[in-house]
Amino acid sequence: MEITLQVNGKARTVDVDPRISLLDLLRERLGLIGAKKGCDHGQCGACTVLLDGRRALSCLALAVAVEGRAVTTVEGLASGDDLHPLQAAFIEHDAFQCGYCTPGQLCSAAGMLDEPGPSAVTEDLRTDPGLTPDEIRERMSGNLCRCGAYVNIVSAISEVAR
Amino acid sequence: MKTFDYARADSAAEAVRDHAPGTMYLGGGTNLVDLMRLGVAEPDRLVDVSRLPLDRIEQAGDRVRIGATVRNSDLAADPGIRARYPMLARAVLTGASGQVRNVATVAGNLLQRTRCAYFQDVTRPCNKRRPGSGCPAIAGDHTNLAIMGASEACVATHPSDMAVALTALGAEVHVTGTGGDRVIPMPGLHRLPGDEPERDTVLEPGELIVAVELPPPPPGAMVYRKVRERASFAFALVSIAAALDVGADGTVAGCRIALGGLAHVPWRAERAEQALLGGPATGEAFLRAAEAELEQASPLPRNAYKVPLTRNLIVSTLEGLAS
Repeated sequence: MEITLQVNGKARTVDVDPRISLLDLLRERLGLIGAKKGCDHGQCGACTVLLDGRRALSCLALAVAVEGRAVTTVEGLASGDDLHPLQAAFIEHDAFQCGYCTPGQLCSAAGMLDEPGPSAVTEDLRTDPGLTPDEIRERMSGNLCRCGAYVNIVSAISEVAR
Repeated sequence: MKTFDYARADSAAEAVRDHAPGTMYLGGGTNLVDLMRLGVAEPDRLVDVSRLPLDRIEQAGDRVRIGATVRNSDLAADPGIRARYPMLARAVLTGASGQVRNVATVAGNLLQRTRCAYFQDVTRPCNKRRPGSGCPAIAGDHTNLAIMGASEACVATHPSDMAVALTALGAEVHVTGTGGDRVIPMPGLHRLPGDEPERDTVLEPGELIVAVELPPPPPGAMVYRKVRERASFAFALVSIAAALDVGADGTVAGCRIALGGLAHVPWRAERAEQALLGGPATGEAFLRAAEAELEQASPLPRNAYKVPLTRNLIVSTLEGLAS
């Protein structure tokens, strides 16, 4: 099937098998290897991208099902040589060790900062709470880091959320 | 993954018309795509219903109609749901992760399959996946499986948090199919395994959920609580959706209790509710009600911990609502 997607602002048209995931399409066909394949089952968050601005798992999306939509990968976060504020904060706060989960952490955090409403740890669901460290930890729980850089990831995101 | 044909439906009627044996509807895909990758689901054809114009939450008189393709995150963030049905917003927020909730639909959440490890492993027997092949969980690892309403064929649990809240709220599931439209009350969408564990719900082949409708919220305070092995992004060991209305005289005027993680269905605790109605809203009464419900439990050796866990969860949740 021939499909067209907007990938990091550019229209890309590809002929795909209906079985291919968005993650495999990005990595194997479009040469965008930023999104990582960790578990391939939606449990680790390493493949997180933005779909129409909302964070989503590219391993659980069939490429044919996201036809016509806008995909932003970690490669599309920076503006030219200017890093996205989250990328700069991750460097400043040493928010990674091996770096394998980092593209997913960055895309997830970028999406999370724009998400309205409470989370599971918000006491009063009628309020829109500020992004305290507890709120950030809960909202980022879909991104695992086997190196355990969580403490610095939370500080990096906190700096940008402020 | 086995190969399949893919088509996108523009209307619910078209989706139903397009359905044939071997067809599955695709919503957000957060469960189905994974099951296809595991070889557990092997559709010949996917009809993508995720873009159907059923993505609105609408007030209809004193009821709320939630479209089938509303994303879980949009449901939980809706100001009306947060204010009037906080147990539902909380239940949705405790499920999965931000990325999954952004994509998963309301109908797909109801129709997700069990996370029983044997069901998801095609190298093992499983009566739900391959009817008649046996249930290794009963003699094997059933630590997180059912203690209520299970059968000799299947001890799987339904994994949804949202469905537990909808069961307590008495939601109605609106369905369309070749036989016309119908409304299925909750509890009632999901079924106990019996000797047909391959059937999770009462839906007929080709039937499509188009909406979930909420009656006005029950009076009193309401809450959703979830007990799990880690604080976030994990399925429930046990969960509870409860509403309690205590009259001026200190007796229970109204009560709703539904339990998750215990059965093949989101479990409405009718015996506990009956035991509480008209009686005192005290810890002792809550304990008696919990015990009345759990008399029906038939735990296996490795999940017997769920009986006292559920009892204590019911009591502490009701005490919290009463105070």
